Amino acid sequence: MASQKSGALMKFQPVIGLEVHVQLKTETKIFCGCPTSFGAEPNSQTCPVCMGMPGALPVLNKKVVEFAVKTGLATNCSISRHNLFARKNYFYPDLPKGYQISQFEEPICRMGWLDVVMNGNWKRIGITRIHMEEDAGKLVHGDLPGLENGSGVDLNRACTPLLEIVSEPDLRSADEAVAYLKKLHQIVTWIGISDGNMEEGSFRCDANVSVMPFGSEVFGTRAEIKNINSFKFVKQAIEYEIQRQIDLIEDGGQVFQETRLFDPNSGKTRSMRGKEDAHDYRYFPDPDLLPLFIDENWISEAVCSMPELPWKRKERFIDEMGLPEYDAEILTSSRSLADYFEESTACHNDCKMVSNWVMGEITRALNDTGLAIENCPVPPLQLAGLLKLIDSGVISLKIAKTVFDEMWASGKEPSVIVEEKGLLQLSDSSAIEAIVDEILEKEAGQVEEYRNGKEKLFGFFVGQVMKASRGKANPSMVNDLLARKLKG
Amino acid sequence: MEIFEHPIRSLHEKLKKREISSVELTRIFLERIRRVEPKISSFITVTEEKAISDAASADRMISCGDSNLLTGIPIALKDIFLTEGIRTTCGSRILGNFVPTYSATAYEKLCKKGGVLLGKLNQDEFAMGSSNETSAFGITRNPWDIDCIPGGSSGGSAAAVAACEAVASLGTDTGGSIRQPASHCGCVGLKPTYGRVSRYGVIAYASSLDQVGPLAGNVEDCAIMLGAISGYDPKDSTSVNFDVPDYLASLGRGVKGIKIGLPKEYYISGADPDVEKALESAIEVYKSLGASFVEISLPHTDYAVAAYYLIATAEASSNLARYDGVRFGHRSEEAESLVDMMTRSRSEGFGPEVKRRIMLGTYALSSGYYDAYYLKAQKVRTLIAQDFAAAFDKVDMMLAPVAPTPAFRIGEKTGDPMQMYLSDIFTIPVNLAGTCAISLPAGFTGYGLPLGIQLIGKPFDEENILNAAHAFEQATEWHLRKAVL
Repeated sequence: MASQKSGALMKFQPVIGLEVHVQLKTETKIFCGCPTSFGAEPNSQTCPVCMGMPGALPVLNKKVVEFAVKTGLATNCSISRHNLFARKNYFYPDLPKGYQISQFEEPICRMGWLDVVMNGNWKRIGITRIHMEEDAGKLVHGDLPGLENGSGVDLNRACTPLLEIVSEPDLRSADEAVAYLKKLHQIVTWIGISDGNMEEGSFRCDANVSVMPFGSEVFGTRAEIKNINSFKFVKQAIEYEIQRQIDLIEDGGQVFQETRLFDPNSGKTRSMRGKEDAHDYRYFPDPDLLPLFIDENWISEAVCSMPELPWKRKERFIDEMGLPEYDAEILTSSRSLADYFEESTACHNDCKMVSNWVMGEITRALNDTGLAIENCPVPPLQLAGLLKLIDSGVISLKIAKTVFDEMWASGKEPSVIVEEKGLLQLSDSSAIEAIVDEILEKEAGQVEEYRNGKEKLFGFFVGQVMKASRGKANPSMVNDLLARKLKG
Repeated sequence: MEIFEHPIRSLHEKLKKREISSVELTRIFLERIRRVEPKISSFITVTEEKAISDAASADRMISCGDSNLLTGIPIALKDIFLTEGIRTTCGSRILGNFVPTYSATAYEKLCKKGGVLLGKLNQDEFAMGSSNETSAFGITRNPWDIDCIPGGSSGGSAAAVAACEAVASLGTDTGGSIRQPASHCGCVGLKPTYGRVSRYGVIAYASSLDQVGPLAGNVEDCAIMLGAISGYDPKDSTSVNFDVPDYLASLGRGVKGIKIGLPKEYYISGADPDVEKALESAIEVYKSLGASFVEISLPHTDYAVAAYYLIATAEASSNLARYDGVRFGHRSEEAESLVDMMTRSRSEGFGPEVKRRIMLGTYALSSGYYDAYYLKAQKVRTLIAQDFAAAFDKVDMMLAPVAPTPAFRIGEKTGDPMQMYLSDIFTIPVNLAGTCAISLPAGFTGYGLPLGIQLIGKPFDEENILNAAHAFEQATEWHLRKAVL
């Protein structure tokens, strides 16, 4: 069956477009002054505006516009000078006004793109539009205060700012979709407009999926999978959906335009509503908000406040710091990691050495402790201090790892740890010579064997010397001395 | 003259000289309300306790020397203004039990001035109507003839002033809802320029057309009220950040040399002879005061009513979506599911005219019809605004009828919505153009029903129409007649 399916997959070309909802990291909501923080008591972060009380009116939070412009700039969009907010009308208990304020005909960003790298090849994915809108509230079911087994509405999330980022149907596989999504996630967190927290729903996506026979120019009928909130689920949902549609067509059926839900437990998508139940949203310009004009000044302010983008930074890491592409790619996977790396190099300019440590020890320790780089207990300056100690021969690489673990645990300066624990590297040649002599004398039998041609034993002597010095002897000095003395 | 017939300035003098306290004055008005309400029914809610406590605070302000013209003056509000802790119904069953948690900006401004709230006034449900007959709280009657309608939708606001149940009131005007009832009840009503007064806390009917304005017994009182409620409000993005002029200072300049336009499309043959006569005599009065007249044209007038009923209903269909029984207002007891609850709550809560307009508006915005209806109506609106702008290049203001007929009889037009809609034909274009206009008493019919005329001003030129209205008032005595109750 598996081979039959993969055979079928080869006859069909999947076509995927993504609509990503990004919650913005503003302090207050998009149309009122309520805080946006997550996890507060239900309905504690509400006011007449976000509750949709009669007579309440929206007032635009300018920060949202700034964030939208930045996102547009980072995704190569053109920024619309003239912007309108529109009402999207539909009834649902979690939608307090009975309409969502969104943008329809004149979105703030248009016609952008992102380059995504897949198996070493890059591909350009078009971005149709980015628009600003407000989120809805949440329905809560179950036992509620004063109501057993009932349904309640929590409006804390209502009116929090979102960007909807709509891609062109340029994606051709679940892997491409995930790569695009990861890139977008990297950008929104990099430029600081969103915390990108997928579990809390700050970054979630709808996937439009269709299949067509290879070589066809006409897209198949698409199904829309709603509200997927992890990279893993996006891959599973799209792969399942592609196979479902292919099976349907292979069995002589046809795909219907519909909205589907992904169930992470079964790994399957199921129908939520068909085209005939599709809403007519009756969009029209919101008369409570004036048209928004974005002038050149506003845009140039956004340009000035933009951080260096990941791909630019990666280029610089390669060109100016001499890092391999692999290192540069990993170090620019998040802005905090890149910042950490660069701050460390400011104090210790052996960039490759810093890179090795950041990608090695630091990353390992972060993974082991489940910490994010922002909360790394070893600050960049201390890491640089440690590397300086290695470079100047004060401690060996081996001792450095011990020192590092101690820095991680205690937060102490590396030089303090070296001193306290007596870990200074032994670089006094007469002291090392004494140890070497002692070992050669003790192991006279092995020396004999070495001199008779068993040169493999060299490592054994090094080990013994290091052991006798409790790891502190300068390894290159040990090597030199041993080589000289063993020659006899 | 009875104390409740006095204008604001005269009451202010009495309060300042301690001839009367605000509490005493308020009790007189509450007594007046008790006496005439059985005939007029202009109030939905009388806030007696609140009124007395407001009056006591006003008396303290006065004794501290911290008073202004409105301190201690008993006023009332159309029940479309949110009043914290006081039931606000908007004339609808769906808000029959709604007590707001905050107040409208316009009301808060009056509170700060020391105004005394007597209560909340009847209106057409959600301001949808021209006769006050669509209210879920019964019909308000015209104080000049209780078998006639007071006009609408701010019918209670006009009737209360005409029946001396309040010194002044606030209404809202979306397509004539201040001016037409003012005209029918013989008082002065001003619809300010869109953006002049904050709409925050005013229950929305058609957001791009709604505007708050005062109704009062004379032009000066109207100017005092307008000055108190005007100005930029950061909570209303559509309010305009222009300085508020001293409207009182603009009165008394006279009209010598001003040029008044007569839109020829408004002076059609076959008009009501009483209305025609009132206009003709008004023109004579102005000529005698030194104003000149020219005929002008507003060529797209014929399309105004149609455009209005598409735009206003489209916006209303969306504005009224929040009345779903979820968070406030009427919730059906019968419901079996969430959707069922919303459907039943709305079906039970809204009256027939509101339902009719929600359906009209929903249709106008529907996919496939949007371009032909809503979008086209917006284009017509632009043309109408251009008509006004072009006309105002030639004249300082316009003189026009307010309504095609005097107040009609209760029930006369309820069976024919189209007839009812056409009664707003002279007021609607002003809302579509977004400019200001004032309705003032200019005569009576043979049966003793008041007749009004309308002065239409340039955008944000309330000063000049107030001055011209004031000049007319000084030269005539129509505004001095009071309904006998």
